[in-house]
Amino acid sequence: MTQDSPAGGTNGKYVGRPIARIDGPAKTSGQARFAAEYSYPDLAYAALVYSTIARGRILSMETAAAKAVDGVVAVLTHENAPPMKPAGKLSPFDVSSIAISTSVNYLATDEVHWNGQPIAVVVAETHEAAQYAASLVTATYQHWHAKVDFASEVPNAIPDKGIPFMTGKADKGDAMAALATSPFTVDLEFSTPQYNHNALEPHATTAVWDGDKLTVHEGTQSLTGVQGQLAKRFGIPKDNVRVLSPFVGGGFGGKARPWAGTLLAVLAARATGRPVRLTLTREGVYHTVGGRTASTQRVALGAGTDGQLASIVHTSVSRTGYVGGMPERITEVSHETYAAPNIYLQQSSMKLDLVSNTFMRAPGEAIGSFGLESAIDELAWDMGMDPIQLRMANEPDRGPVSGKVFAHRHLREAYAVGAERFGWDQRELRAGAMRDGRWLVGMGVATAHHTAMQLTSSVTVRLNADGTVVVRCAMQEMGMGAPTVQTQIVADELGVPLEAVRVEYGDTDLPWGAPAFGSVQTASVTAAVLAACTKLKQSVLTLARKQPASPFKGRKLPELDTRDAGLFFGTRGQSYVEILNAAGRNHVEVAYKPNMPAFLARTVRDVGWRPKAATGAQFCEVRVDADTGEVRVSRWLGVFDVGTVINARTAESQLRGGIIMGIGMALTERTLIDHRSGRIINPSLSEYHIPVHADVPHIDVQYLNKPEPNSPLGLLGLGEIGITGVPAAIANAVRHATGKRVLDLPITLDKVL
Amino acid sequence: MKPFTYLKPHDIEAAIPAGTPPGTKYLGGGTNLVDLMREGIEQPDHLVDITGLHLDGIEELPDGSLRIGAAVRNSTLAAHPKVRKGYRVLSEALLSGASGQLRNMATVGGNLLQRTRCPYFYSDAAACNKRQPGSGCDALDGFNRSCAVLGVSDSCIAAHPSDMCVALSALDAVVHVQGPGGTREIPLTELHRLPGDTPNIENTLEAGELVTAVVLPPPLSARSTYRKVRDRASYAFALASVAAALEIEDDKVTRIRLALGGVGTKPWRAYEAERLLLGGPADEQAYRRAAEAELAAATVRAGNAFKVTLAEATIVAVLRDLSKAGAGS
Repeated sequence: MTQDSPAGGTNGKYVGRPIARIDGPAKTSGQARFAAEYSYPDLAYAALVYSTIARGRILSMETAAAKAVDGVVAVLTHENAPPMKPAGKLSPFDVSSIAISTSVNYLATDEVHWNGQPIAVVVAETHEAAQYAASLVTATYQHWHAKVDFASEVPNAIPDKGIPFMTGKADKGDAMAALATSPFTVDLEFSTPQYNHNALEPHATTAVWDGDKLTVHEGTQSLTGVQGQLAKRFGIPKDNVRVLSPFVGGGFGGKARPWAGTLLAVLAARATGRPVRLTLTREGVYHTVGGRTASTQRVALGAGTDGQLASIVHTSVSRTGYVGGMPERITEVSHETYAAPNIYLQQSSMKLDLVSNTFMRAPGEAIGSFGLESAIDELAWDMGMDPIQLRMANEPDRGPVSGKVFAHRHLREAYAVGAERFGWDQRELRAGAMRDGRWLVGMGVATAHHTAMQLTSSVTVRLNADGTVVVRCAMQEMGMGAPTVQTQIVADELGVPLEAVRVEYGDTDLPWGAPAFGSVQTASVTAAVLAACTKLKQSVLTLARKQPASPFKGRKLPELDTRDAGLFFGTRGQSYVEILNAAGRNHVEVAYKPNMPAFLARTVRDVGWRPKAATGAQFCEVRVDADTGEVRVSRWLGVFDVGTVINARTAESQLRGGIIMGIGMALTERTLIDHRSGRIINPSLSEYHIPVHADVPHIDVQYLNKPEPNSPLGLLGLGEIGITGVPAAIANAVRHATGKRVLDLPITLDKVL
Repeated sequence: MKPFTYLKPHDIEAAIPAGTPPGTKYLGGGTNLVDLMREGIEQPDHLVDITGLHLDGIEELPDGSLRIGAAVRNSTLAAHPKVRKGYRVLSEALLSGASGQLRNMATVGGNLLQRTRCPYFYSDAAACNKRQPGSGCDALDGFNRSCAVLGVSDSCIAAHPSDMCVALSALDAVVHVQGPGGTREIPLTELHRLPGDTPNIENTLEAGELVTAVVLPPPLSARSTYRKVRDRASYAFALASVAAALEIEDDKVTRIRLALGGVGTKPWRAYEAERLLLGGPADEQAYRRAAEAELAAATVRAGNAFKVTLAEATIVAVLRDLSKAGAGS
């Protein structure tokens, strides 16, 4: 749904328009090649063998049967594999260290750290032979005690420091005392299970060595992360590693770091001296790639009779792995959502003998918003207040913890637009009062919130004498439309047709680009692209002014218009082609390279002074079967404030995808980790229930399109906000339909029955 | 996947000797067997493809019964006019199973013999008496939310996954088989075995016996339906399902067929509930009593206790709907 108002940030010809993605034809016609689709002469295929215990030591491995399989080239174990260098430690001074997924030095150790850890790699002439031979490798173990059960370890969690800039901590006023004296209180304990990544494209790597130079085809959200990690683990200079990732079949955080499969494909290629392709099975993704931590939360709210919050208490427990991961910033959401004089926020975590947890769409906020937004809804029930009214009574005009004034916050408008469009006034006040045949009908809302961050990027822009433009940046495209959006921006900045612009991306040989996680990529790359385009126009103007009859004598760039593939002062102008031809140049190229120390200093300052966030209002209607408790979502509306929308088509697609992922989180998905063995026992799309089409109603996505004053073009990243608030909106609608408050995700029928 | 030989004979006489030696499996649509081979759970040395045996016909027999070839695809059967008209419960059961793509491949014979979806059966790191006799059962004290509550043993609580079989059970279907010793007929309700101490032996077929057809008795006059309750709207196995046919005259139940899925270790014909209902009042109280009586034999574990309540609620809902819809019409 496209809005009536034009794009807020620019009056561009393309920015703000619903342009079809430029890689669409390549994808729909099968020409887009993914990491597992690159062939090399003499290519060999690798398959992983996984441990079947959670913790211990390998006593022996039986590989003879595997080696005897026709076509097997090598069976690599800790007994014969060439060693990798250690992973190193996470360091704020080494950006590539964020790419460490686990500390395990695969095949250089006999120690087992989780059930499913790769303990051998089979390389064969075919994928099938490798898979079969891998199934024949067995190990005997010395078993050690393993901690694998989240629920039983919750009491042992200890307060953690969160992650840099996001501690999830606050202690303002006296929240406990205020809670005790509030006339209305809710005090609820929530829990969520582990969720796992299920991108359409399973992780795959094709690795090719040429001497000490390495080429890797890999679907990744962080080209330079993979490059840096591989350089470090294999002891070669960074520039010797080329990572190619033109297409990524979905990431969602699961491809933000190279996991075991990537490292072991490269190791297998080095050990065998052949190009190696390793495509993880779906089960392999579950065993070797981290997921979203399980969690518990306590949210306690105290309010006066007018609905004003006096106290917010939000504490949480998450888990990491002994071999890596980071605490989940669950309580971060309560820093920014409601005004209250007394706020206490604290996160705790513990370590388990499981594969490291990792990023999954809106880390922290996806879980935290379930607790906070369910609790505020329950408070509304207790007070007999409309839940939107209660939220608006507590809408802050400055950071509730930081005290900093918001430069940009339009949540009131999002709720107003949403309530009107959704027909919120049709909602019966009583629970269980709306019915449609066998279905109990309920309506729920929740606030969506995602803190916005911005990194930086390098970029080159080249203007050719034929009028075409080439933009080069090692950014990532995993389906969200990043190159399409940059094409639009450059076409507008230079005043050239869309077709004249080509964006090159997905290759570490290109100038360094921001990673595609944390919803940072578009803002980060756009800032660099805008700077480069200005620089380019300046260079072109300088060239033009050197000509004797230049219409731009004495003119400065800000006085000129950029349109019709050229520069204009009033009606007098010259096309780029004319300027370059007159100057005898076949191209002009500029590079933008950020000053990193200055950038970091500015970032640290901005985090404290200009908190930015995307926000939104999620509206949903659910139907609950009165006999069986089955919950189905029947209607959805999300109204978002994501700043300027560059491309309505790709933006809505991302927001809609986030909402669908949230429906799965709320109703159907959960990773089953056996409490004795630590093994994931539902590692398949058949038994790990992501929503199917029949579970997803029409999703109406609206956005306010108000530019964020401190962002490039006024845009805010929108890859993650879509999922936030979704589980709570559904839980709140179920509460309305049935009178039951479900505190434990997913909301399966046995909890409603 | 372990290497295997593949043979596609063109007549039954060639297929049966080929399919009899140990380590041989008949292959229908492959939607379950091939998955199990990929997982290493089934490791046949030889596959005998039965889709070239001309077992894909559906014909009405002179006595009004319907003969369905074992290689008929699930989607074909669900869409067949005679099935939609006379055996609605079967059509609905088929359409509630798997996905459109899988139903286009899956055969009737294969559906009869599909294996459990208990997660521990699939987990090579777990103990499972069905997969590895004598290894134990990790489901008993593990994730057993999907497991059975009826017909269970100390060795196995795996639920039978089929929707089609539940409808066939209610319809008194008869399975026709042919083996080295000739042909025989097995009532559907006697095809599957309870797990007992040998959960690895799931049916009463002998070595080499091939399912050739399923025969449905002439259509019931009673109205029938299938209701499947599951965790998502499609492509999920039943937590509980009910196949039912009901006829009411003068507010009394004159005809009743009831079978349950998702709750039994085999397709569960609810004989006890049928006995209580037949001739009794056609009201919700009677439905509930009968449902509770059928589920009285349930043995629950921590994760699946809800299935008793769910199955009872679903039975009542289905019978209530059938009564409202004008049973007997």
